[in-house]
Amino acid sequence: MSAAPDHSPTFSRLSLTDRLSLAAPYLLVPVLVVIGFLAIGAPSSWLTLTVSGLAMGMMIFIMASGLTLVFGLMDVINFGHGAFISLGAFMGVSVLFWLSAWTDAPSLVLNVAAVLLAILAAMVFTGVIGWAFERVIVRPVYGSHLKQILVTVGGLIVLEQAIHVIWGAEEIYLNRPEALRGSITFGASALERYRILAVVVGLAIFVAMRLVLRRTKIGLIVRAGVQNGEMVEALGYRLKLVFIGVFIAGSALAGLGGVMWALYEQVITAGMGENMMILIFIVVIIGGLGSIEGAFIGALLVGLLQNYVAFLEPKVALISNIGLMTAILLWRPQGMMPVVKAK
Amino acid sequence: MSEPILQLDGVVTDIGRYHILKGVTLDVPRGQVTMLLGRNGVGKTTTLRTIMGLWRAKAGRILLEGQDMAPVPVSSRAALGIGFVPEDMGIFSDLTVEENMILATRSGPLDPARRDWLFAAFPPLRTFWRSEAGNLSGGQKQMLSIARAMAEERRLYLIDEPTKGLAPAIVSTMVGALRELKAQGASILMVEQNLSVARALGDRAAVMDDGAVVWAGAMAELSADPALQERLMGLSVEAH
Ligand SMILES: Nc1ncnc2c1ncn2[C@@H]1O[C@H](COP(=O)(O)OP(=O)(O)OP(=O)(O)O)[C@@H](O)[C@H]1O
Ligand SMILES: [Mg+2]
Repeated sequence: MSAAPDHSPTFSRLSLTDRLSLAAPYLLVPVLVVIGFLAIGAPSSWLTLTVSGLAMGMMIFIMASGLTLVFGLMDVINFGHGAFISLGAFMGVSVLFWLSAWTDAPSLVLNVAAVLLAILAAMVFTGVIGWAFERVIVRPVYGSHLKQILVTVGGLIVLEQAIHVIWGAEEIYLNRPEALRGSITFGASALERYRILAVVVGLAIFVAMRLVLRRTKIGLIVRAGVQNGEMVEALGYRLKLVFIGVFIAGSALAGLGGVMWALYEQVITAGMGENMMILIFIVVIIGGLGSIEGAFIGALLVGLLQNYVAFLEPKVALISNIGLMTAILLWRPQGMMPVVKAK
Repeated sequence: MSEPILQLDGVVTDIGRYHILKGVTLDVPRGQVTMLLGRNGVGKTTTLRTIMGLWRAKAGRILLEGQDMAPVPVSSRAALGIGFVPEDMGIFSDLTVEENMILATRSGPLDPARRDWLFAAFPPLRTFWRSEAGNLSGGQKQMLSIARAMAEERRLYLIDEPTKGLAPAIVSTMVGALRELKAQGASILMVEQNLSVARALGDRAAVMDDGAVVWAGAMAELSADPALQERLMGLSVEAH
């Protein structure tokens, strides 16, 4: 990037309320964590729940990130996204079974290698399926939300049935590789290793996505395209190509999320992705359509709330996230961090 | 005289089920400023958007240096060297001024000499280089929009009402910058409602009415003839 201007700019100071309203979404996560602490009381349970809430949030973020960009860029509602999660999980788990000699070996290197290969296979697989899905299913219905919903739900059903045909209709149980089992104790609380790993991976992906979106030209094109696609075209970039790239990347990330979710739950079903879609849509909506930061914060809120409430009032857990969505939309009808759209 | 840089021949554009352009015929000479004038709603913006490819021409021909634009998508028209300043400015509000400029240069980074020239023409861009473009004032956004079109050398500039709603001091900043662009030999097709601006910059003028060009000639001829202005646009330079 070019050099900074050589004289210091004069900016008007932002008022305290302006600053607060900019930072508010970021503050919601620590606020929720503190409320959780007060409500739960027992520090050890609270810590365990917080880590698992963050882990769940990170995985939901990974699954949701592609969807929000796809919506923001081309106004495409894709219900088929859930199928990429399931397909990624089945592909990844197949690779893990195939490499069972590695996953069962008491070797960190072999375990990690098996998981990385499973992830790679899942991402390539769902990326390719995503590419085909965009071409065959999404492309003919640009511009019509009703058709998109109908057609992508159709695509979802077809892909789920394909999983039944290839992998059978039964759910498949799996064990995590040796290295990802067990927990570490921290004070009085037991923190599962795998959850900590999920948090680290989720954070890394968020940071990497932000870097790509903020520091690379292709990232700038994507962000600009979410705001005003027509102008991006008029500056000489082919928005359709950018969109296809984002669709493929988003599908691959859904596949990654599927593998991570499979290792988390240790069971996979063809409908697992579809079941996640409710939470994923909540995250995309409360984050603000097209906003990666919004989706990230939204996912953490959803994950934390789900875990806290499941501990405190199991019966309310299901509707707590609907309540969260309602509250946030009353506060900010466009979501927490809406992208400024042209016109 | 050399071949015009841009030729429109009987261009027809529908928006939805409305017939907006009903056969626009227009030559934009190379290295000159052509002013596209006319009352509100006669199709000036639609003409520029059709040239850019943002609306598809239903009939007629658009030739850029002799090349038929019909099969050429929007992004390729830009790549062929058309710089576009839309009526709504088309600023990316969530991006910084700098990032807006990065997107405007397709052939590598912004040339430092050109950047300094743009900074001199539009000082606020330097001041707010690293701030979000959405925070700029209306006039500053217009400067950014024009600077974006000028970020690289273009074969043709399409500029839609660069002075709309701006205070007189900023209007003269715009006119100054566009004069410099003109002095470099740029070919410009510009929509302008402000006749004194049109007179200051224009070499040629084309006046539209009801989706067609109804008069074309030298800007000087139009500005010297209040009766003609009155007939074509319902107002005169003097009254403005
Ligand atoms: N998106 C659209 N949908 C329907 N009609 C449109 C649309 N855009 C423009 N029009 C119509 O097309 C006609 C020409 O509009 P256009 O914007 O080209 O006029 P203009 O000469 O640029 O006017 P102004 O001086 O007010 O900018 C107008 O009657 C307008 O209502
Ligand atoms: Mg107009």
